[in-house]
Amino acid sequence: MVGRAILALSFVVATSAAGAQVPSNDSTPRITTDAALEARTSAVAAQLRCPVCQGLSIQDSPSELAQSMRSLVRDQLAAGKTPEQVKAYFVSKYGEWILLSPPPRGFNLFAYLVPVLVVLGGGALIVFAVRRWTTAPSAS
Amino acid sequence: MNWKRATIATAFVLPVAWLFRHGLTQDPREIPSPLPGNAAPQFSLAVFAPGQPPLERPIGDTVRLSDLKGRVVVLNFWASWCLACRDEHAGLSEVARGYAGKPVTFLGSLYQDTPGNGTQWIAEMGGQSYPSVNDPKALTAIDYGLYGVPETFFIAADGKIARKITGPAPPQVVRHILDSLLVTTGSP
Repeated sequence: MVGRAILALSFVVATSAAGAQVPSNDSTPRITTDAALEARTSAVAAQLRCPVCQGLSIQDSPSELAQSMRSLVRDQLAAGKTPEQVKAYFVSKYGEWILLSPPPRGFNLFAYLVPVLVVLGGGALIVFAVRRWTTAPSAS
Repeated sequence: MNWKRATIATAFVLPVAWLFRHGLTQDPREIPSPLPGNAAPQFSLAVFAPGQPPLERPIGDTVRLSDLKGRVVVLNFWASWCLACRDEHAGLSEVARGYAGKPVTFLGSLYQDTPGNGTQWIAEMGGQSYPSVNDPKALTAIDYGLYGVPETFFIAADGKIARKITGPAPPQVVRHILDSLLVTTGSP
């Protein structure tokens, strides 16, 4: 019982001491800032391809290079760069290949247009076939 | 009706054939890099393996790219766990020795490895004529858009990346690139 009381007291003292390290005029707790930075890092890292993996982002890859790249993303965001500036840095080093979703221009347009064209073509084919099936008996 | 079918079939086949043509005329092992032709990223890295005379540099010495302006720099990324690095090691070391009197600096950069492993590997391989630097956190490697090791960058005297070799660098190719860069520099 006495042991628990000492433990509780030491926890209170430790918490107060930790709280004393945060400036009193800082309205944003450090944990929130770190969590926000982590969230922004994850969002950018999820858009960048891991150079040594097969189709994985640097967010999902456990490789050392991906970890270094993720750490660099975090450092650049913490230094005040915008997500677009961070992505532009990696594109300047690796080319647009590094982006998991390449910008819709030039040859990349195929990746965006082909699925739409296939769906439209398939829809047209279904309409054509249904019309043919429904009109065939009356014609005969 | 046959014309109609033929037109529809052509409309489907032509784009697919064009895509095949595009895919088959490209080398999948050729990884495009935006770096050649652009200014080489600056680095400042500490020597962990000194190399041998006359190319030797003391351990702990900081190598800055900015200090090498006016010289052709051969920057080779390697690691002790990289099997392909073994294939190029002896050849690259010999070529570096051959260009000792010319305005060429050979530099190895350790990639995702420890200096201890790197030093041991160099000893096992019978030494390395040029010095190697350590690249903690692979920041310089990322700055050079590295995909893996070995990769070798040729930085011209004007500070721009002239060429990049992915995979083991054949000695005759290295000599050819260096000779052409030295001619451009005016130091044949």
